[in-house]
Amino acid sequence: MNLTKDKTGVMTTARKGWNPRLVVFACNWCSYAGADTAGVSRIQHQPHFRMIRVMCSGRIQPGFVLRAFEKGADGVLVSGCHFGDCHYVFGNEKAVEQFEKTKSVVKMLGLEEGRLRLEWISAAEGARFAQVIDEFIEQLRELGPSPLSRARSGDEAAGALTPEAEEVEARV
Amino acid sequence: MSELQAVTTGTRTWACYDCGKCTATCPIARAGAQYSPRRHVLAANSGQKAEVLEESGSLFTCLTCSLCDSRCPAEVAYTPLVQKLREVAYKEGVEPDCPHGGALQSLMRMMARGGTQQDRMGWLTEDMKTTPDQGEVFFFTGCTMYFDTLFPELEANTLDATRASVQLMNRLGITPVVSPEERCCGHDLLWNGDRKGFEALARFNVDLVKKSGAETLVASCAECVRTWKLDFEPFFEGKPPKIVHISELLAERLGELPLKGNGGRKVTFQDPCRLGRHLGVYDAPREVLDALPGVERVEMPRSGKRAQCCAGGTWSHCDRYAKKIQTERLKEARATGADVLATACPKCQIHYRCAMKDPNLGGDIGIEMRDVAQLALEALGEEDTSH
Ligand code: SF4
Ligand code: SF4
Ligand code: SF4
Ligand code: FES
Repeated sequence: MNLTKDKTGVMTTARKGWNPRLVVFACNWCSYAGADTAGVSRIQHQPHFRMIRVMCSGRIQPGFVLRAFEKGADGVLVSGCHFGDCHYVFGNEKAVEQFEKTKSVVKMLGLEEGRLRLEWISAAEGARFAQVIDEFIEQLRELGPSPLSRARSGDEAAGALTPEAEEVEARV
Repeated sequence: MSELQAVTTGTRTWACYDCGKCTATCPIARAGAQYSPRRHVLAANSGQKAEVLEESGSLFTCLTCSLCDSRCPAEVAYTPLVQKLREVAYKEGVEPDCPHGGALQSLMRMMARGGTQQDRMGWLTEDMKTTPDQGEVFFFTGCTMYFDTLFPELEANTLDATRASVQLMNRLGITPVVSPEERCCGHDLLWNGDRKGFEALARFNVDLVKKSGAETLVASCAECVRTWKLDFEPFFEGKPPKIVHISELLAERLGELPLKGNGGRKVTFQDPCRLGRHLGVYDAPREVLDALPGVERVEMPRSGKRAQCCAGGTWSHCDRYAKKIQTERLKEARATGADVLATACPKCQIHYRCAMKDPNLGGDIGIEMRDVAQLALEALGEEDTSH
């Protein structure tokens, strides 16, 4: 495999051309540990994601996901413990409520539904973590870059980009 | 001239004589917060950028309600000043503690960006007559569809007033343009200091309405009307459309609506800060309420120019002081003996209903809330379809 550093300093096996940028929100107790398990078990998976650890999936409100898309993410994965396993008992049920709102707003905004996913991954499920990531990255490859990171002066009236957006553009 | 002194142009800060009336009037200061508009004026005057930025926490707590402006004996325009100071802060990378994790700001920035086809028309029902692109009247819906989706738990149903507005216009023989391309008016980006984002939205919306050929623009959101009337001005080329709030349109054409009584109800009116102090529209919504048979209008002690705003403050801040302001205001509304608290802005509904969800206070401050447009629609008799 051809390991190189991308501009943000992350080691990647970037294929030539475009690679999706996936933001993964993971709860501290299950999904993040699941990713760890994948790592220590040396399970190969796609590297094109940035992980954000939160204490519980119940913390992930629409604003977090929307911000990721605003900053140019091509996809967002929300992950947490299986039902009954949440360390705060009902956190993941809250997460579902929040996720449903997020999904509706993302749809209203006109982003493809396939850019957003909710998955339960336990600390033991390293292989499942790798599989979810691989599948999602593949799906994002099919969808192509987020229209929000692609849109630029083509849309004359909205040509002006926010400074952050410009920065994101520069990295694409 | 320092950067700060430059942004004070037109705000008359130089006239400030340090009387402190603004701070004494300010609802946030009165609710107990460490907050002083007077200090911002002084700091801006003397070009103390660091002080303003250091105070940025409080810079973003201002509700931009304009109450202080209306009291200042030296006619200092604090609200426009705070808008400009926020731009300075934003440029320095100071971001407000946005409530709701900045969800609203992100949404607005993405709309400013464009590139997606929004799916924002789901609220239209079959009986409504609208057209998607060309017409004499453009109905600017604003972001109520997003609000209702993000805050279902508040049951603010802000889309009800949006729908009521279309239905009322239909009854007046107007088939408004309701465009699937519309984007947020940018009000909140502007008031959060993000001028670039605001300008992208302003240019886009001005162009959209221009292409529609509309001569009149109607909105049911007080913030949209303020933004269109006062902030979009530099973006119009040629003659801008006539911009009115739905309550103004209704007040003008009350005679054409077959209003019937729907039981006696006492109604008190919450002046939205954007419609009242920002635009000086105090009478139109009251004329509409007074024309509704069976509605008795009662006023709160603080109404009209003195009205207390909903403390939602442009989604830039929300804290216990906001909650205190809302709680007191709702008690004030109830003390009038009113059955209904009417308003003319979706944000008032959202923020007051949020306060009413407080499980400890719910019983003391709960009151039915309605938009003036909704009340007017409810008072309309069945449409005469015989001809
Ligand atoms: S009310 Fe006007 S004159 Fe008095 S301190 Fe405030 S800005 Fe200055
Ligand atoms: S605009 Fe309203 S909230 Fe802001 S300083 Fe003036 S009175 Fe206070
Ligand atoms: S009052 Fe409620 S809805 Fe309004 S900003 Fe505060 S928390 Fe959000
Ligand atoms: S701790 Fe994992 S979802 Fe709550």
